[in-house]
Amino acid sequence: MKNKHLLELENESIYILREVAAQFKKPVLLFSGGKDSIVMARLAQKAFYPSKIPFSFMHIDTGHNFPETIEFRDEIVKELGVDLIVRYVQDSVDQNKVQEESGKYASRNALQTVTLLDAIEEFGFDACLGGARRDEEKSRAKERIFSVRDDFGQWDYKRQRPEPFQILNGRINFGENVRVFPISNWTEEDIWTYILQDNLQLPSVYFAHNRKLVKREGAYIAYSDYLNIVESDEIEEKTVRFRTVGDMTCTAAFVSEADTVEKVLVENVESKHSERGARIDDKRSESALEERKKGGYF
Amino acid sequence: MELVRISTAGSVDDGKSTLIGRLLYDNNALTVEQEELVAKKTKEKGWDDLDLSVITDGLMAEREQGITIDVANMYFSTKTRKFIITDSPGHVEYTRNMVTGASTAETSIILVDARKGLLEQSYRHFYISQLLRLENVIFCVNKMDLVDYSEDTFLEIGIQIKGMVEALDADIQYSIVPVSSLKGDNVVNSSNNTPWYSGPTLNDILHKEKVAVTERTPFRFDVQQVNHSQEKGFVDFRGLAGRVISGSVRVGDRIVALPSKKESVVTEVRRYTESLDSAKQGDSITISLADEIDVSRGVVFSSLDTIPNEDTSISCTVVWMDEKEGRAGAKYLLKTGSREFAVKIQAIHTKVDPTQANAKFDVDTIEINDLTNIDLKLSQPSYLDAYSENKSNGVFILIDPQSNNTVAVGFVNK
Repeated sequence: MKNKHLLELENESIYILREVAAQFKKPVLLFSGGKDSIVMARLAQKAFYPSKIPFSFMHIDTGHNFPETIEFRDEIVKELGVDLIVRYVQDSVDQNKVQEESGKYASRNALQTVTLLDAIEEFGFDACLGGARRDEEKSRAKERIFSVRDDFGQWDYKRQRPEPFQILNGRINFGENVRVFPISNWTEEDIWTYILQDNLQLPSVYFAHNRKLVKREGAYIAYSDYLNIVESDEIEEKTVRFRTVGDMTCTAAFVSEADTVEKVLVENVESKHSERGARIDDKRSESALEERKKGGYF
Repeated sequence: MELVRISTAGSVDDGKSTLIGRLLYDNNALTVEQEELVAKKTKEKGWDDLDLSVITDGLMAEREQGITIDVANMYFSTKTRKFIITDSPGHVEYTRNMVTGASTAETSIILVDARKGLLEQSYRHFYISQLLRLENVIFCVNKMDLVDYSEDTFLEIGIQIKGMVEALDADIQYSIVPVSSLKGDNVVNSSNNTPWYSGPTLNDILHKEKVAVTERTPFRFDVQQVNHSQEKGFVDFRGLAGRVISGSVRVGDRIVALPSKKESVVTEVRRYTESLDSAKQGDSITISLADEIDVSRGVVFSSLDTIPNEDTSISCTVVWMDEKEGRAGAKYLLKTGSREFAVKIQAIHTKVDPTQANAKFDVDTIEINDLTNIDLKLSQPSYLDAYSENKSNGVFILIDPQSNNTVAVGFVNK
């Protein structure tokens, strides 16, 4: 491997994944088909090879995902030979457990929490592996590798366990579960460099393509049936790519010609914009993500 | 590109957040969003200089109190290095966070306010850095702008630091740099305000060559899992998956499995689909052996010449991390790597006050943030080494089996 630091990060992540398989009875890997979860899947494959990955994958589908990502999700799962559990935010809406947001910024992103917590309870998962990274956002920067959540899925930073020397304590009380973040120490650049190095395939939305867009307050959002279009919105068609892929309603597109992993890497570094800069859900307030995390958001 | 892990520590208000902010800013490593935030906050406060502290002040409680309260991680890279900065708070009551933050680092940055010189916290931070045997300690004498960039002040603090190092008889590499985080002197760029200082900037020191430590330590390997495969092409494959804790291993090496003491020869070192000739400290690999010896999670592989400690009692220094105090006779679970077993506090000896060199006090209990020398009685051999001889196989955590909390981190004494 050319990149010494990537090997060091890979070693660390594989150690964590193996600890999860050994310390928990029923772990699950949260898999959206996005780039971080694709790297996670790859690391899990490496950790347990030649055996199969010893846990299921799960996706909390908001119903507002990019169809390209969903297609890709299903292909990878098939290739890896793992089970995929899908739970739908739509079901939580139909059961009146959550209420759809209204207005032009309406998004289902925050609603995922309820569906996720229900699924954890339904299957009795004691550990949920996620692809969150500490460089993404300020409150993520304080997240442990093993993050203990109470019965309500809540994150309490004051109750976080210290993790000296990365010795991981996965012992939990009845009803508690743990969110595990094996790629905590990876940055966005590391993810892309790894994708390049390991020749990982990604959904097409990550690369430059033509798309019908809605221009709103200077940002481009994918045109879709899920978006509440208002009068001031302008509809345009442009060559764009997405840097993070969340819901279609809250991920902004970049005007870009970068159609390969190499070009994306260069463009990301040169742009100097942060990755989540295009996440409309984080922009609601200075502590938007922290508030959601306390409530059990991923 | 090389990975460098840095731990920062400092008292409240000595400008730690600003220093990190400055390091990122002058390395041109801020995102557009961070730059906008700095501009916005600077304007709100009406400052002449940039308020770079806002980049690292994370949680809401911190924003309210204006202080840092938990270990936070930051990432930035330059052309040759990727840095992970673990920022630990500087209050007395958060010693545990400081130890946690410094535990994965090889370099520690200790901030000293030029107007105040060494404070209780400086002693504490230095003590922890030398307890953890960090390879590189950098004292940043900060706020030099507020003492008119006085060389005398800088030299005086240098003498204080030398005294502190000597009092502890610490065998440690350290450097002292005069900086102003606010103005940007000697953080990344050399300063014209300190013509009397010709040494490296903080950034220069952070880019100096890393020392490889792995070769000196004996081979230790924690078995995390037995990988029993029935997949096509691997029918009846039996690999031992785990991480090299210290030293290195080559195909053909004779190893001993502990506690069974059965010996065997390494026939394959595998990383995913690749067969390697050897592996070294930190590598996550899968090992195959020539013999079908009984191996399960928690088993340790060692080189034959230097077998780790087999005693069922160990003397160690613990840093207490839980509100519930530790008492003689109390039972815990000791965890290190994949090893986990019951232990009991046999005796509590002395508490160390890191702010007063060599001051030791007899105590009966161990309170949160205490540094205490104790003896542990073990239900089985730990196969740990003395921390001074093998850092990565000389540490453990204690877990309270009732609360499941991590209550202490321990360092094995000789």
